[in-house]
Parts: sequence; C-alpha cells; structure tokens
Amino acid sequence: MNIGEFTRFGSDAGRQDKVSLAVRLHMDVPLLVGLCTLATVSLIILYSSSGQSLDTIFRQLLRIGLAFGIMFVLAQIAPHHLKRWSVWLYLFGLVLLVAVEIIGDIGKGAQRWLELGPIRFQPSEIMKLAVPMMLAWYFSEQPLPPRFWRLIFAALLIAIPVGLIAKQPDLGTAVLVAIGGFLVLFFAGLSWKFMISLIPLGVGGSWVAWHFLHDYQRQRVLTFLNPETDPLGTGYHIIQSTIAIGSGGVYGKGWLNGTQSSLDFLPERSTDFIFAAYAEEFGFIGALILLAVYLFIVARCLYIASQGQDTFARLLAASLAVTFMVYVIINTGMVTGLLPVVGVPLPLVSYGGTSIVTLMAGFGILMSIQTHRKLLPT
Amino acid sequence: MALRITLKDHFRETEIFLARAVFAGIVAIVLFGAVVSRLVYLQMVKHDHYTTLSQANRIHLIPVPPNRGLILDREGVVLAQNFPTFQIHITPERVTNLKDTLERLANVIDVQDVDIARFRKQLKRSRAYQTVPLRFRLSDEEVARFALDRHLFPGVELVAPLTRHYPQGELTSHIVGYVGRIDDQEQAALVDESNYEGTTHIGKTGIEKQYEDVLHGFVGNQEAETNAQGRMIRVLKSNAPTPGVHLHLSLSANLQKIAMDALGDRNGAVVALDPKTGGVLTLVSKPGFDPNLFVNGIDADDYKALVTSPDQPLYNRAVNGQYPPGSTIKPFYGLAALEYNMPEATGQTPCRGAFSLPGDTHRYRDWKKEGHGMVDLDRAITESCDVFFYDLANSMGIDRMSTFLGYFGFGTRTGLDIPNEFGGLLPSQAWKRAARKEKWYAGETVVIGIGQGYLLVTPTQMASFTGVLAAHGQRMVPRLVQSLENPNTSEVQQIEPHRLSDLPIKNPLNYNKIIEAMTHVVSGARGTAKGISKDLAYTMGGKTGTAQVFQIKQDEKYKESEVDEKLRDHAWFIAFAPAEDPKIAVCVLVENGGHGGSAAAPIARKLFDAYLTVQGQPAS
Repeated sequence: MNIGEFTRFGSDAGRQDKVSLAVRLHMDVPLLVGLCTLATVSLIILYSSSGQSLDTIFRQLLRIGLAFGIMFVLAQIAPHHLKRWSVWLYLFGLVLLVAVEIIGDIGKGAQRWLELGPIRFQPSEIMKLAVPMMLAWYFSEQPLPPRFWRLIFAALLIAIPVGLIAKQPDLGTAVLVAIGGFLVLFFAGLSWKFMISLIPLGVGGSWVAWHFLHDYQRQRVLTFLNPETDPLGTGYHIIQSTIAIGSGGVYGKGWLNGTQSSLDFLPERSTDFIFAAYAEEFGFIGALILLAVYLFIVARCLYIASQGQDTFARLLAASLAVTFMVYVIINTGMVTGLLPVVGVPLPLVSYGGTSIVTLMAGFGILMSIQTHRKLLPT
Repeated sequence: MALRITLKDHFRETEIFLARAVFAGIVAIVLFGAVVSRLVYLQMVKHDHYTTLSQANRIHLIPVPPNRGLILDREGVVLAQNFPTFQIHITPERVTNLKDTLERLANVIDVQDVDIARFRKQLKRSRAYQTVPLRFRLSDEEVARFALDRHLFPGVELVAPLTRHYPQGELTSHIVGYVGRIDDQEQAALVDESNYEGTTHIGKTGIEKQYEDVLHGFVGNQEAETNAQGRMIRVLKSNAPTPGVHLHLSLSANLQKIAMDALGDRNGAVVALDPKTGGVLTLVSKPGFDPNLFVNGIDADDYKALVTSPDQPLYNRAVNGQYPPGSTIKPFYGLAALEYNMPEATGQTPCRGAFSLPGDTHRYRDWKKEGHGMVDLDRAITESCDVFFYDLANSMGIDRMSTFLGYFGFGTRTGLDIPNEFGGLLPSQAWKRAARKEKWYAGETVVIGIGQGYLLVTPTQMASFTGVLAAHGQRMVPRLVQSLENPNTSEVQQIEPHRLSDLPIKNPLNYNKIIEAMTHVVSGARGTAKGISKDLAYTMGGKTGTAQVFQIKQDEKYKESEVDEKLRDHAWFIAFAPAEDPKIAVCVLVENGGHGGSAAAPIARKLFDAYLTVQGQPAS
C-alpha cells in the first residue's frame, strides 16, 4: 500500500507541521473558529439585549469558558473510550430521569431539575448525548443496514427516555432527543421504504398524541397556526418577534439601537428569542452571516463524520451534526414564525446554562473523532 | 461466516453512510434556505409594514393640555385666570418605604386621613413610575417647610400645576361660574374626546360652561418613546397646544362691586345693560359664593353650608329668579294702551282707592287708600295708580295684554350667554287651558294689570325689556362676552351685537309719552322714586314696583313692620338714562325690600352715577 494515499486520505496531513499545536491539543481548527465566532456573536448581542449588562456578559463568558473546557477535555478522550461508556451513560441518564419523575410526583408539578448540592441539573440534557451514543454503540456491534427486530429494539431505546422527558413535561427536549436517536437510525441505513411507511403511522400518532398534550402545549400549536388570535397571550411572542426581525430590514437598526428589544417589547430576547434581537440590530445581512456560520459548522461536522474511522464514530458524529442543525432550524424557524414556539434556544448564542454545556460536550466528541484518527490501512 | 462478511463490508456501509450524509447536507441547505427566504420576506418584502408596527409599538402620543383662556371684564380686570397652586406628588417607585415617608411627611405638612385614603386609592390604579397627588393647595408656610426638608424625601415632589383661580371671588361667581373635574357624564357628552386628553377640568356653570369650546383650546402632544410597560423613555417631538381664547366681557367689575355694595345686607339682583348693544354691564345676584372652592372638589362641609343656607347663595336670582313684576309692568301696558288706541290712554280715569268688576263685590284696592282722583296715563305711571291699570287691563283683555308683552319677549328667555336661563311666565287664556286645564277668570286679568298673579319675569328679562322701551323698540339680545382675543397673536375679534326685529309699534311717538312719564317717576313732584332725583346730572326714566310675596286677605291692612322679614314684598326698580339717548338700562330687585322707590331706586342711581358721570358731572 502506498503511504502517500493515506496522507491524502487524512486531509489535514499536509498542514500538520503548521498547526501542530492544534493537533497536539486535539482541536479541529475550522470547527473551533466557527464555535468561537458564535461565542463572540453571543456576547455582542447579549450586551445589547440585556440592556448593556456587563454582569450578564460576565456570567455568559464564564459559562462559555466552562463549556469550552468540557469540550477540550472530551476532545482528549479517544472515541473507543467514549464507546465503552455509552451504555453506562445511557443507564445513568435513565436512572436520573426516573428519579426526577419520582421527585416530580412528590412535588406535584412539572419537574425537570435535579438538585445535586449547589448544582442544578437537567437529566434530559444528558440524554441528548446518551441516546445517540447508545444507539451508535448498538449499531456498531452489528452489520448494517440493521435488521427489523434490531430496529424495534433501537426504537425502544429511544422511546423510553423520550417518553420520560415528555412526561416531565418537556416536549421540546423530548422531540430533540427523539430526533438525535432517529438520526443514528437514519445514518445506519434505515431503508427509505421503511421511513416512508412510517409517515401514515406518524400522522396517526400525532393525532393520538394531540389528545395526550397538556392544554398549554396544544395552545402553542394553535397559536402557531394563527398568532393573531391571541395577541397578548402566547401569540405575543411571535408577533413581537416578527416585528423585531421585519423592522430590522436589510442593514438592521444598528448595535444597541434595536427598539423592540431595548424597550422590552420582545420577550425572552436574551434566551430563546435572541435571534430576533440580533436580526433587528444587524438586519438581513447580519442574519445571513450568522446562518452561514451555522451552516459551515454543520458542514464541517458532517465532513468529520464522513471521515470517521468506525461505525460508532461516524453514526455518533453525523447524529450530533444534524441534531445541531435541527436546533438552529427549530429556533430560527420558531423566531421567524415558521414553526411553533417550543422553547429551544439558539445553540451557543442564547443566554443559558445546561444546553450550551451539552452542545460543547458534543463538539468535544466530534473533535475527538476528528483528531484521534489513526492512519491505518483498511 | 456470512455474518462476518457483512460485518466487514465496510465499503457498502461507507457507501450508504456517505449517501445519507450528502442527503443530510442537502436537507440542511434546503432548511437554511427556508429560513433565509423567510428572512427575505420579513426583512425585505414586509420591511415597511413591520417598521410601522415597530414605531407604533414604541411611539406614543402624550397629550399636553392647553392653557385655558382668561376671562376679563370691559376694563381688562381679570375675572378668571390660571394660577400655579402648590401640590405634593409622590412617585411610588422612587420611595423606598412609603409608610415611613408618609409618616415623616405628616410632621412637615398637614396630611389628613382623607388625603391618605384618596392617595392610596389612586395608587392602586396607577403604575409605580406614575406620580400620584397627595395634597392640593399647600399653604405658603407648608411650601416653605417642605422646601427646607426636601432632601429627606426622595420621590416626593412639590409641583405647581396651573389651577383655575377666580380673583373676584363672590363678586362674579354667578356670571363667570367655575370649572371642576370632568365627571363621567361630561366625559360621555364630549364632542371631541381626544381634545380633552390630559384635561382634568371643564366649565361647570356660567361663562365657563357657556364658552367651554373656545376657552378650552386645542390639545398638543409629545411624541414620546415608551417601553413595553408604557414608561416614557424620551421625547422625540412636541406639538405645542393651542391655548384657549381670552374672553372680554362687557361687564364692569367696578359697577358690579358698586351694585353689590349698594344692596347692603339685602339679598337681590341687579342687572344693567347697554340698550344699544345688549352688552351686560352688571349682573349681580346676591349673595354669591366663592367659586374657588369648587375647582379642586369642594369639601362636604363647605358644600353643605352653601346648600342649606337660607340665603341660597348658589341660586342665581338674576337669571333664574322668577318674580311677579309688580308695578314695573305699568309702562309696558301704557304703551299697549297708546298702541291699541284705548280711551284710557288719552282720557281720564277716576280712582277712588279701589276697583270692582261689574256685578262683583270684590274690591281690588289701590296702594293709596284714599285714591288718586282723576288720573291720566302720565299720572298713572308717575304715581303708580293701581285703579287706572285695573280698569285698563279689564278693558284690554288678557289676550291683547299677553300678545303685546310677547313683543318684548315676556315669557321667553332673553338669550343671554349664560346656561340655564329661565324665561319667566306670560299667561294667556290658551296657556291656562293647556297648563292648568281651567278657564280664565276676569279677576285674574285685573290682578295681572298691576303685575301680580301668574305673570313672572326674571331681573335679566326686566332689564332687557326696559332697554327695549328706552331705545324706542330696538331689541338687542343681552350678552356678556363682547370680544374674543387670540392669546398667541393678541388679535381681538368683536362679537357683533345680535339685533332682533324691532317692536311692531305703529306710532313711534308713543314711546316718547311713556319715556316722559317714566322721567316723571324720578323727577316729578309726585313721582314714586322722587327720593333719588337730588342733584341728578342726567335725565333718568324709571318705574318702581313691589312684588307680593304673601297674599293679604280682603280688607286686611299690610303693615310692613308686622310682617315677617321673609314674607315682606320684594322691591323692584327699573330705570334707564339718559332718557333722550339711553346708554344704560337697569333692573334692581331687592328681596323682601319693601317699597321699590326707597329700597331699590337708590341702587340704580348709584350705578348710573358711576357709569354716566365723573364726580357728579356728565361724562363725555
């Protein structure tokens, strides 16, 4: 075998000398640049949307630092170690979800948090990583495309945590976890025929699900379909958000000049609706640039997945990449009024705790996959 | 073996995976494209629409109420103005401990429980950043004390908004009226509600109510940037309000004062006007009240005192007091007799102290028990012979009397520019059938012949009719406001006097006969008002009268001293001067004053002297 073929195959090989520090630190530079860009955008728009609160900026900076730290740590861990932990992480997550369910019953109300000393923590966040890891592990142990009975078992592996999360009730996270799991199935080679045959099942399932939804969840869907029916209630978010985006125009109102966000008309302007605050101040051009950064990150992650050396790495990386894209689409779709309001933050830009840590952990795994490749012949 | 082969089939796995990854990439591009196209729609296609919505969100118009127009008398004396009064306002969000602040404030200024109760009530309905008034009308001492300790009260402000103030107080209370806080009914009745945004007060009575539309002015506004809670962030643009118009009255505060003082401690009304223009010079109703009490809401105690007072200070006797005119009606019947060519007008009528209808024993007595002897029209007016007019009324008949008085305007409002004017009562056979469902009796005509019975007039009407008579039938609508002044340009717009059609009198010389007779009332040796003729610098025509408050029985003698004060007759006097070219006509009514010649006529003399002469000599 010609060694030259392998060096071409490992795309970064030619640049290895120049970026040797990045390689030694197991960092993927393009991905890192993309993530740092998002973090910078986050701090810039947060300064404006928080009413120029340096305190908010400081806390977000702290959180970003912590998240990047976790990413860095995970990037050092070789994928085969992660593979071994998958089952245990999944089981640990399930136990915590059940614990939350029990505490929630005692507290007689919606319960998503678990208090571990000073740390408040959402077990459903663990599942965002644990479910794709578990499934990637499961499918890596067998020939692909998977057989039917294995699919059924995989579906159960997804359905149990999703059901528990949906019961909390946290519909948004449940949907995201389900998507993360399903994506592993998809990349594992789930047949198109099978997926198409699931469509009527899905329609019937949503009809059934409608009857199990909480009133406020139904209301969200109804308000999404016609926001003007409830201008001061749930529709208020969507109306004010589209006003903010629309009034931004091509060039935006300028940094710190967004009237919708600085005058409190835009609700959740630092968290779920931060994209509206951003699009108001930086306009269409700014929004286009931000979306391009996201698309670049998704593309880079898919590329990393495609370069993955084993089934586990590839399935997990691709699932994380597309889940990340789904996040972006759900959030921007929600904020622009294309999708219902489901309470999904804009990844890495929204102000907030757990989700940024989970996301960066995911990117740490991706970096690990990218930087732990061995130049082995097939 | 087969299992192992499939496990190792990396090529196929990679092929599937790469196909799926490419598919995912395409889906990602499509979905991002969907979001981008939505952004194109929102930020480019519908940009103007959303810009409008965003502006509507943030920009609010804050009304700036106009300054109310001033009310001035004919010499420029201020009757109504806008005066800063000190108030204490509190902004709740700037006060750390409201209870403590209120307690400490009570040591500095007078804070009653009612003030706190009202404050708390309003506090509940307002937002934390909106200021709420705690005290109105602070005394100078309180202002001084608070000013010293101001730094101890963050969030407590001393403010001085413009408040309506009536410097003449009681003197012009029945004319100018007063403003008060807009009530629900008035709010609902506003023609242009938006013009009253920010306005708290509205004219309730008098000129203030009558001319509300011009006094108020037009609201201005500030375009203010507000946040989602409605708090003002900054002012972007201001449109100044258009202040209300200043009203110049024909009224003279000086004459008003003279008339008020001349009434002494008697209640009554004095109305004087210029017969050529209808401009009202004096309109006194005594007692008056302090209109300033009403501006920011009157105390329950003050209000009770006004309402329960036997003197009825809130009652405007000049325009709402309806009294029988008594003998002051006689010159009008005299003119009717001349106009109808009645034999009494040119001949002599015997007076033996009483009159009886044919076939009736009832005796209608003359005020002079022994009678006046043979009297002609001139003497009948000069000496106020009752029998002459009993007889005249009987021969003229109620309907002819009523028609003739109707020419002057008896029974209808004069049209004076004051709200709720009364029109008196002009009786006729038709009126009695309609109103009382009874037939007319001849005796009622006789009594109306000397101005008693059903016939009722207001002092304003009587002043107006006297002016018509003096001006040879020229009928002017009486009015108080003579010009409007634009406060911005000081441009003055005169209000043209409103002239009605002249009296339908066929022989204008008839006026002269009546006017001459009325000058004899004042200057004649036997005139009933001869007591006021001393050193008169001008010719004055007049007529005395008494309106019965209480009907004395047949053959019973009315003794003033024996009758309770409140049941004594009302004294009337109507007059004009100079007789040959009348410049002023007056009607004086002194409630329970007794005789017109002694109680009412001197008031007219004082007024005329003040208006027509300079230190006793005729004015130019």
